[in-house]
Formats: sequence, C-alpha cells, structure tokens
Amino acid sequence: MSKMPEPIMTEPELTAPVMGEPDPVTPERANRLAWARRRRSLATYWKTFRKSRQGMVGLCILGFFVVLALTAPYIVDLTQIAPATADGPILHPPTAGYPLGTDNFGRNVLSMVVYGSRISLLIGFTATVGAMAIGSSMGIAAGYFGGRTDTILSAITNWFLVLPWIVLAIVLATVNPFHLPDLGNIILVIAITSWAGTARLVRAQTLSVKERTYVERSRALGSGNWHLVTRHVLPNVMPVIYANTVLMVAIAILSEAALSFLGLGPANTVSWGTILQESYDNGALTAGYWWWFLPPGIAIVLVALSVTLCGYALDEILNPRLRDR
Amino acid sequence: MSGTVLSLRDLRVTYRTQGGGVPAVRGVDLDIGTGEVVGLAGESGCGKSTIAAAILRLLPAGTTTEGEILLNGEDVLKMTASKLRAVRWAGASIIFQGAMHSLNPVRRIGDQIAEAILVHNQANEREARVRVGALLEQVGLPPRRIDDYPHELSGGQKQRVMIAMALACNPSLVIADEPTTALDVMVQAQVLKLLKELQHDLGLSMIFITHDLSVLVEVSNRLAIMYAGKIIEDGPADLVFHHAAHPYTKALAAAFPEIGDLRFRRKPSGLGGDPPDPQNVPSGCAFHPRCPERVDGVCEGIEPELWVAGENSHAACVHVSGAPAFEGMPA
Amino acid sequence: MTETLAAGEPLDLGPPVVEIRDLEINFKGRVGFVAGLGGRSAPDAKAVDGVSLTLHEGEVLALAGESGCGKTTTARAIMGLIAPNAGQIFFEGEPLPTSTRALRPYRRAVQMVFQDPTGSLNPRSTIYEIVAEGLRIHKITSGPNGETEEELVARALSRAGMRPPERFVALYPHELSGGQRQRIVIASALALDPKIIVADEPVSNLDASVRGEILALLLKLRDDLKISILIVTHDLGLAWTVADRVAVMYLGRIVEVGPTELVLQHPRHPYTKALLDVVPEAGGISRPILHGEPPDPTKIPTGCRFHPRCPIVASGRAKELGIEDRCTGEDLGLQPTGSENFAACHLVDVNQLP
Repeated sequence: MSKMPEPIMTEPELTAPVMGEPDPVTPERANRLAWARRRRSLATYWKTFRKSRQGMVGLCILGFFVVLALTAPYIVDLTQIAPATADGPILHPPTAGYPLGTDNFGRNVLSMVVYGSRISLLIGFTATVGAMAIGSSMGIAAGYFGGRTDTILSAITNWFLVLPWIVLAIVLATVNPFHLPDLGNIILVIAITSWAGTARLVRAQTLSVKERTYVERSRALGSGNWHLVTRHVLPNVMPVIYANTVLMVAIAILSEAALSFLGLGPANTVSWGTILQESYDNGALTAGYWWWFLPPGIAIVLVALSVTLCGYALDEILNPRLRDR
Repeated sequence: MSGTVLSLRDLRVTYRTQGGGVPAVRGVDLDIGTGEVVGLAGESGCGKSTIAAAILRLLPAGTTTEGEILLNGEDVLKMTASKLRAVRWAGASIIFQGAMHSLNPVRRIGDQIAEAILVHNQANEREARVRVGALLEQVGLPPRRIDDYPHELSGGQKQRVMIAMALACNPSLVIADEPTTALDVMVQAQVLKLLKELQHDLGLSMIFITHDLSVLVEVSNRLAIMYAGKIIEDGPADLVFHHAAHPYTKALAAAFPEIGDLRFRRKPSGLGGDPPDPQNVPSGCAFHPRCPERVDGVCEGIEPELWVAGENSHAACVHVSGAPAFEGMPA
Repeated sequence: MTETLAAGEPLDLGPPVVEIRDLEINFKGRVGFVAGLGGRSAPDAKAVDGVSLTLHEGEVLALAGESGCGKTTTARAIMGLIAPNAGQIFFEGEPLPTSTRALRPYRRAVQMVFQDPTGSLNPRSTIYEIVAEGLRIHKITSGPNGETEEELVARALSRAGMRPPERFVALYPHELSGGQRQRIVIASALALDPKIIVADEPVSNLDASVRGEILALLLKLRDDLKISILIVTHDLGLAWTVADRVAVMYLGRIVEVGPTELVLQHPRHPYTKALLDVVPEAGGISRPILHGEPPDPTKIPTGCRFHPRCPIVASGRAKELGIEDRCTGEDLGLQPTGSENFAACHLVDVNQLP
C-alpha cells in the first residue's frame, strides 16, 4: 500500500467580471450600482413579458381601458350621461350618432360605458390595494410569528374565507358601519371581503421563506424582527404578492359589478355595474335591448380577462420553469 | 458469460436550454465487463449523472444524444420504444441518490418492488411476492417488512429497498448514482458492504457514480475520473487513487486525506477556482486554468486524449509517458 | 501555529473563551391533536443531555458525530439561538444573559457559517448589503480606528480572500460560485470582528476541490486574527486536517474529547474507534461495522448509552473484563485518560483500549 499524494494548494483565482476602473467602495456607489442592476433586471422582466403573447394582449387591453378611464372627462359629453340633460331618443338601438344606442333616459350608452370605466377601474384598483395590504399584513404576521398569533390570525382569516362574501358584502354595504360616503364604503366592503385568500397565500410563502438559511443567519447576526421582516421576508414574499394582486383586480371589478347590480353600489354614479343594474331593472333582458346590457358586460369581462392574462405572464416570469413548457 | 456488458462510444449529450445548447458530455468512451465495478468520479458539472440517465434514455425531452450506448451489444439509442421499455430495469437498473424521494410514500414497499417484476411480466402476483421476500432478505431487511410504508423505514433501510428494487429483474448492469451520499458514515459503510457482497454473489456489473473518491476506491475495480464532460483519467482503482497521473486526479485524491497522515495536518488541500460551467468550457485542456502543472503556451491550445500513463491506465495530460511530444514542452 | 505535533505533546491552548457546563436541551414530544386531547403525550427528545465543553482562544475545535447526536443543537446553543433547558453557558467568564436585548453584544462576538452557502445569502441583496448587514443591525457606523462602513466592508472582503473588494460589492449571489459564496458568508461574519466563528458543516456542500481553500481560509483567520473556530462536522478527515482538538458526540453526550492526534490515532472510546474504522480507504470493508442506525433521542438506553451497539459488549470482551454490568447499568461521564484526553467508557477504568 503506497503513500497518498501530497497536499496541493493553489492560489484561488478571482473570476469576478471587471467593471472598468474600480472606484473606492462606498455605500452610494454600491447603491447606485444596485439601482442600475434593478433597472436592468426590470428590463429583463419586461423582455420576458413581451415574449408572452398572452401577457401582451392582456396588457394592451388593460392599457386601453386605463387610457379610456383617464381621458373620459375630456372625450365624453357630460350632458349625455345625466338623466336630466340627456336628449337622445329613448331606448333606441345603435345608430350613427349613438353607436351603442340609448337607454331609458335617452342617455348615450357609449358615453356611459366610457365614463363608467372611471368608477369601475377606480374601485377595482383601490379595493385591490386595500385587500392586498390587509391580506399581506395578516399573512406575514401569521406566518412569521407563528404560535398563538398564527392560531388567532389564521382563525380570523379562515372565518372570512368561509363566510359567503356576498352576504357579508350586502350587510356591510347596507349598514355602512363607518359612515363613509358610498364610494368609500363600496371600496371598503370589497377590500374586507377579498383579503382572506391573499392572506393564506402570503402566510404559506412566509412560512417557507422564514425557514431559509439567510433568515436564520440574519437572526444569528443579531437582527430584530422588524429588520428580518422588512429586509428578508418581505422582498422574497413580494413576487407572490404581485402575482396575486393582478388577479385580485379582476375579482374586485367583478365584485363591484355584482354589488352595483344588486343596488348596493355607489348611488348616482355611472359605473358598469350600475348600467347593468338599470338595464335589468328596466327589463332590458326580456325586451331585448341588447345594446344596453351587453357593452358594460363585455367591458367587465374584457378587463377581468386582460388582468388574468397579465397574471399568467407574470407567473411565467416569476416561475421560470413554466416558460419552457 | 464473459464479455462487455456496457460500451459507450464517443457519447455526447447536449441539453437544450433558453440560453442555447449545454454540452454536458463531450465525447466519452467507456467499457464495463461482466462482473466488473467501474467507479465514475467527478465534481459538479462534469457530466457523470448525465451519463447515468443517458444509458437508459431518461434525459429530458429535447436533449441530443450522439454516439453509441451498447448494452449487451445492442445500441440503446437506436432501440424502439417497446424494446427500450423491456430493457429498462431488466437490462440495466438504477439506484438513485436520495432514496427518500424516490419511494412513493402512499404505497407499501413490497408493492413498489413487485411493480418492476410485474411490469416486466416476469411473474404473477403471488410469485412476485415470494421473490420480493427473497430480495428483502438479500439486502438485509427482514421479509416481514414487505408491507411497511416508506415512512416506517429509516434512511439506510430505504436505500436498501432501492437496492432491492434495482435487483428485482436480474439486470446485467446496475447504475448506482450517488447511492450513499445522503447517508451517515456508519450507514454508508453498511450499504457499501452490502453492495460489495451483492456484486460478488450475483456477479453484477456496476457503474458507481460519486464525487467521493475515497468511497470509490473501496468498491471499484477500475476508476474513471471525469472533468468538464470528458474522462480525463482511467485505470485500476488503486493505481489511479494512489499514483494519479493527471493533476486533477491528484488534487481530487488529496482532498480526501488519510487520517494519520501527518503531512495533511493543518494543510488543507484544494484547487483555486471552480469546476467549469458546461456552457463555458476553457479552450484546449479544460483543466488548464486551475492546473498546478500547466505548461503555458501548450496546454491552452492542445485537446488532450487519453494517452497511456501506466499499466492499463490512461490520462489526458501532456505530462504522461504516452503523450506525444508537443512544441514548447520542457525537455 | 502550523507545526505538526506528534501524539502526546501537550497543546498550547489559550484562555477559555466559551464554556458550556452540563448543557441540556430537550425538544418536546409531538402528538397528534386528538391524541393530545385524550391526554397522551410523547416522550421528549433529549437532543443535548449533559454536555460540558470549553473553547479556548485561537483554537480550532471539531465537534464530530453522526446525525442526531446533538452537535448542531449544541452549536446553536453556543450561538445563543436556542435557550437551554438546563446548564450554563459562559462567555469570557460571565454567564450568558437570557433576554434578546442583552444578548446582542454576544451575538457580535459569535458568528455562524452555515452549511449551504447559496441559501445563506439573500438572493435579492447585493454583496455589499450582505456584508454590511451585520454592521447595520448593530448600528456600527465607524470602526475602532475611525474606519467608515465602506472601509469595514472592504476590509472584511479582503480578509475573506475576495480581492480586490471593489470588484465584488455590486454583484448578486447568483453570479458567484459556491466557494465564493461561502467566502462572502465568512466576510459578513468577519465584518463584526468576532471572537468566535461557529461553522456548521462549512464545506460539505462544496465541491471537493474547492473545500481546501475555505479550510485554509479558516486556518488563516485563526492564525492572523486569533479567532476561535468551532467546526461541526461528520467528517473525521476534515477534523484531521484542521482541528486542534476533537470532541466526538453520541446521543446527546460527548463520548471522547482531546487533541486530534490522540483521539483520531489512539481512540479510547469504542464509538470513536468504530467511526474511524469505517472511514473509506483502499483495502476493503472488512473491518467491523456497527449494526443498526443512529439511535432515537427519545429512547435513551440505561447505563452507558452506547452499550446496545458497542462491539466490546457484543463480542463478549466486556464480560471477560468484568465490566459488562457497569456498561449496561451505570451511566458515566467523561473520564480522564491522560493529561488532555477524556473518554466516557468503562474500559478506561480497567486501562484497556477498545
């Protein structure tokens, strides 16, 4: 049995890319570079997003509606959408002057749909932000602290999940516990009835991130809870939150439509849901006034669809394994 | 029956990824005779696990495999789907790394072992059960555990079940891909001992794939060392480990020092740099950026082949005796 | 300290830095919800069951054993990450406080290097942010000689072998190799000027050819900066390469401890000998191998906890020597076997080798 080889040691060669003349190490420079890299990675995300046909279609449709909503006050003749001042023929099918016909007050349906996009999208986005904020906080708190906090918060989450949302929504909308103006109330109602699903998702992701070694290492360094949550947990839970936010918009818009349809929507405002409600109340379905109820319905479907398509594309970005399928 | 069980001829495997083709294996020749154990060693990115999957055509869709894989004389790459299915497990079987994940947690282990036998129509259910009992005994598990679920077994026991599964259809070749890496040292020793005994009793041919060179010296007759998709040294196990010809093998062997060897006391042995990324293999001899015996001007331009380095051993290095003389080499 | 020592020469150990005495850590037994309601409870797992150990200044101590022996739990307790159920931990002579706030200065002095270099680095942080994180947590804005944060970061990176540091600060972890990532983890530990580094399997996830440079780095840190290093590992070859002393653990106890040359070349405990016997080397696996699996910490045997698997008992030699009754009935702690060696085995009393 012969001897083993001698120990060998070579100098490690550093294989980092050289980035020009190395400046002295400063936090500002590191910060600047970090931002430059974030912009570059955003550019990569955008490039991947562009490749997804679904995502681009969704984005275009959504963009179209957002532009519509923003420019509505300038392109819509406001007199044509108020019952008192509308002067079109009553319940008239589409003509040249009224491409989508008129409703029971003689209002221009096209103008109504265009103008209604403002409220519908506003409610959709705002309620989503609210739901995400509540859901994410609950989810992260439950997942991070665990123990009794988790038990209590999860119980609350599950309660909200299990409760039929339409019942809760009706009650809250009617009672208006915080005496908010109608619009505010509707946003609150939708936020309150939609946050639970997000909370569960975020809690699951938090549980997984919490176990990662870099979190433990940070704790070993002596960091407190606030530092851990904001610097380590939150940035790694954000992808899940983003993906979920996008889908929440669809849910929020559909919820608004449903609530307005039931008559609980903001009074005296034009939104797609209220158009649908009025058309239904005036028997548009049985009488066949298709130009009245179809356009707002299609608009709702299109926005929800566009948002879902964007969600699929985002999913592919965040989960690269899906890309090659 | 003597002869060659497995013969790889100029095997090249290229994965398809978003960034282009990744050449994981770049031309490998290997022979395994009946009853022989060949150890295949290397670090991450060298291609050894790719070879294991390639033999039974288990690589992901889109991967290009070129060359020949002759299993008992027949080229696996040219087999029809039905012939391939017959060969998988009955011709050659695999023991995977991480047995915990390879067993279906909701089925009894007896059923899982029997599955291979039944799929290959080698027996009916009753006979299969008898055979499974015999297999369990062979791997050192009491036959009454045939109806246990995987979670009732320990890590070492699960690995024994994997070995039993691999033997179920009497294959001519067993491919062991890192079979002991996830196990404790004591359990590892038990499993290695078992594999040696089985190999000896059943006359199995084996490819033993691992990064742990010291384990290979225990079990293999011959060693083949891989680096960046190619075999850079091969020969009798003892010779390659203790009298390595290739500088990489020397460094790899030195990373597993013998306890009691005072030369290694407080003298860790290692190489600078990292195993190369398969997408970015250095020119010429792939090892030259990290090689302590590099000859500047020669090594980055030459593509070394397995030249004779000793008795029955070869190494792909310009320094070995069988290498041709290149310009620029010191006298 | 790079001279090799022949067996038997006393080690030149500095003053003690961390000392643990009679440490006990239990993990509660878990039962299903319904069973729990029914009043059933599961036995606790005694992960650490009476461990006493001293880490000296400038020493490299290897804590070795198989999975489930309690070595990682002991290391976490030394880090202050787990509160012990019994026993005490002393740092530079003073017992450790219990509150998180009071533990902060201790957390600066003791840093940890984990097994997985990739998981240890937040993929969304730059190298600069990772190395500076410790400084920011402890609100250290300037060094003892007036250095700025950036200078401290640069110095830590240099000490960890990442030179020049400017090249690395703006990179993300995924752009580095495994060995480089582990160096970053070490750099982030060094930024706080620790007295102790606890390394839990620091090289087992790295390629074999890359391990040497990380081990050489740890030795260099010990030589240059007098940092004490506690390495938790299952690999006795690693202990042979870098450790001054080795402590072998089994089922929550230290069964043998002493200078590396003595423990790994002349073991006095049958378990240590068994571990050494199975280290793979050419020659075939004909040596005796222990039967069974690493045992269950909820069911600790009576007497010497190793006796069910002990080859001395199984072969009858214990009976011949007349110690079998003590092996099965009498629990024991570490007995001195020389000036520096200790082993928890009844063979020591009859002056026999395993």
